[in-house]
Amino acid sequence: MSARSRELFALIPVALLVTAGFTAVLITNSAQLSNLSVLYGGYFLALCVAVHLVIRIRLPDADPYLFPLVALLAAFGMVMLFRLDEGLARDQANWFVLGLILFSATIIFLRDYDALERYRYLIALVGIVLLIMPRFLGHATNDAFLAVDLGPITFQPTELAKICIVIFLASYLNEHREVLVVGARNVFGLVLPPLKHLGPLLVVWGAAMILLVFIRDLGSSVMFFGAFLALLYVATGRLSFVIIGLLLFVGGAWFFAHTAAHIQDRFDIWLDPFKDAGGSGYQLSQSIFAQADGGLFGRGLGESLVQLPGCNHGFPDRCAILPAPHTDFIYAVIVDELGLFGGAAVVLIYALIAERGFKTAILAEDGFSKLLATGLTAIFALQAFVIIGGVTRVIPLTGVTLPFISYGGSSIVANFILLALLLMVSDKARRRVRLQNERGIG
Amino acid sequence: MNRQIIKLFGFLLILYALLFGFTSYWSIFDADSLKANQANRRPLLEEQQIKRGSILAADGSVIAKSIPQGSGNNKVYVRRYPQGGLFGNPIGYSFVTQGRVGFELSHNDELVGNKTEFLSVLDQLQGHSQVGDNVQSALDPAAQEAAVNGLAGRRGSVVALDPSTGEVRAMVSIPEYDPNQIPKHFAQLNRDQSAPLFNRATQAGYPPGSTMKVVTATAALDSGEFTPDSTLSGRSPIEIEGVPLSNSGGEQFGTIDMTTALTNSVNTWWAQAGEKLGKDTMFKYMDRYGFDAKPRLDYPSFQLATSGVYDGNRLLGPSDTIDIGRVAIGQERLRVTPLQMAEVAATVANKGELMEPRLWSKVIDPDGRETNLDPARQSRVMSEDTADELNTMMQSVVREGTGTAAAVSGIDVAGKTGTAEISTGVNDAWFIGFAPASDPQIAIACVVEHTSGFGGPTCGPIFKAVAEAILNGNDDG
Repeated sequence: MSARSRELFALIPVALLVTAGFTAVLITNSAQLSNLSVLYGGYFLALCVAVHLVIRIRLPDADPYLFPLVALLAAFGMVMLFRLDEGLARDQANWFVLGLILFSATIIFLRDYDALERYRYLIALVGIVLLIMPRFLGHATNDAFLAVDLGPITFQPTELAKICIVIFLASYLNEHREVLVVGARNVFGLVLPPLKHLGPLLVVWGAAMILLVFIRDLGSSVMFFGAFLALLYVATGRLSFVIIGLLLFVGGAWFFAHTAAHIQDRFDIWLDPFKDAGGSGYQLSQSIFAQADGGLFGRGLGESLVQLPGCNHGFPDRCAILPAPHTDFIYAVIVDELGLFGGAAVVLIYALIAERGFKTAILAEDGFSKLLATGLTAIFALQAFVIIGGVTRVIPLTGVTLPFISYGGSSIVANFILLALLLMVSDKARRRVRLQNERGIG
Repeated sequence: MNRQIIKLFGFLLILYALLFGFTSYWSIFDADSLKANQANRRPLLEEQQIKRGSILAADGSVIAKSIPQGSGNNKVYVRRYPQGGLFGNPIGYSFVTQGRVGFELSHNDELVGNKTEFLSVLDQLQGHSQVGDNVQSALDPAAQEAAVNGLAGRRGSVVALDPSTGEVRAMVSIPEYDPNQIPKHFAQLNRDQSAPLFNRATQAGYPPGSTMKVVTATAALDSGEFTPDSTLSGRSPIEIEGVPLSNSGGEQFGTIDMTTALTNSVNTWWAQAGEKLGKDTMFKYMDRYGFDAKPRLDYPSFQLATSGVYDGNRLLGPSDTIDIGRVAIGQERLRVTPLQMAEVAATVANKGELMEPRLWSKVIDPDGRETNLDPARQSRVMSEDTADELNTMMQSVVREGTGTAAAVSGIDVAGKTGTAEISTGVNDAWFIGFAPASDPQIAIACVVEHTSGFGGPTCGPIFKAVAEAILNGNDDG
């Protein structure tokens, strides 16, 4: 079976899952069956098939599993949002459509992603502007400057910035990786990159620190710097560079943890969320309590306690037991309703996407393609880790979205563009492999 | 670069394994303790949507019931206590905002209808919504009222047990609170210096005074070291552990037997007896009575205090330095709960066998099926012969000794008074006893805090009132 046919067939169970999920929520909410869920499932399948056709025409050799896996995440998210609030699910569906349109547009209009390499400094500049924009145009949520108000909608520029930064880093490191390795010197048993090339790396570190303090966005900071270290490691093969970078980051974070109150609070809550469970630790302790309610199989879709019973103030703020159940804490709701199995399934899907992404990087021929695929995959996978890790108390809680599942337009749109780039790299790499094989056989 | 990419993927998998590990820890391994976390209101909120069963008194009257509020998905149940403060402390309360205490907490599983996971899945498949069972308590409203009226606002406590079953027929702690007030006035009640939320019956440690002589007499008779006719000197004062000890009012007695010594509560006689028996024998019998361990009452553990000899918060044993002569007369650092002393009286009444005390008597499921609870034996404290001898001696206390105020006309009463001096002229007044002595149906402990009165005159009439309320009720039944 061809790669595209596998992709098409893989979409069918996803559509069935959407239908089943909506059915479950509808039954719980209204105790009756309706054809609504079949309708939703049908729409979902039709959209996915349309996009599948775009991929079939433009990227016939691209990885067949990435798109269905992403569709599965989106399906998961849509069902959970529908369960929380119908209006949210409707909005999210619109964002999903817009995301698919931009996904297709990227594939159609960006004919060759190598062009990105030529504009890397421009792209880097755009990325940095996007990063610091919220500080000047936006407002603070939970003390962090995450969003920019654009008329009726708010926009989270960091979601798009992450793609720009990864493109720049992949291109820059591809060009300089030789000198970084060859010029490295041994200083007191530590292998240091040559001083001349240390500068740009320190700039990235500085940018992460600025992100931390100026934008107050610990989550994005960890995500960006993590992707940078991943790329640095893959480009140079020097673990010592990664360790130096990690020490610099931890050192910086530790310093600011003791000087900047908002970071210090995050750490204190992380260390003991139950100490002030009614106050500063409320979010995290409620997240953990919600997961404790889930058990192995969960309480069932629509069956968990998200709002205070008897409270009629509408969704989600005043009645919420678990704050932000549709964004930051959606994973806790998933574990509550679908249990450890549901949570593990979500983590597994991210791991499978990461596997396909890294596979693409391995198959790619040139350095830029390899680093681009690695960087996009790493930052996507890290984003999932940072938010699930925060919600489950593996690491301090920070506010990034759970890709393709959380409510949020910027996140969906940006991640679809990320997926488009990844599929383009994949198409090129797999086409080469296919042609080689055909030549070999012929 | 491929090698690095594979390693990077490996590292990512380790990170994801951490996510899985933590998720399973919260959702499975640590779930029970998280559900019990004070800050976790989820279990309460969830149970608020279940029709919680009623709590009934022994006569079938309703002590606690759930009232629906709202409708549809927003329907919740709120707790009401129609009898106000009459059953305040023993029954406790259950509210989303303040949680649960007392009987409401210890019988929560029955009241919300918690079953095994398998059974509840079956119920769900059959479309049944979870409904709680009704639980009937052994508490008798007439006895409760008699005790409340008897204490008449004085701080103290009354506990009445059915000696042959261990059922708690009355449990009163004054000052009492009305559980209906809890949602609005919890903070105020909690701050109140008179501690209305503190169940004196199970949580307060009082010096037992001379009521302890019943325990000492048990040890003396059952160990074979003494008989009711054994004699010792009753002169006053004498040196015990190098410190002079006097009888109440400095009264002098000659060489007298045990019955006389108990009837007149002669301190010097019993302190010498305690020293003769020694720490090991005294602790052996105290432990058989249930001292040095939490009472086996169906009540939350944090609301049960252990009776025993304390050094600060540390429970002392026979290997510690203790003035056992003064323990024998209820002094030293002895702290006992009214519940424990009621168990002492009930044991003598039940021919030497201690029954596990319990507040509940039956569970009634939503279909009306009743499950009666069988009485459970806790320990054989003394032989039947010892119990008979002690019973006779305790009758003489009420007939002609310090406990005449407890006498109920037409019925033999056995008992023992106690007056523990807290400071000059301020006593904790005690009476423990049972009636009818020949066929005991009720055993009662009464204590009044910080009063100028003595045990017999203060608590005797309360004993009489509660005993009459229960015996009349039994006759009617």
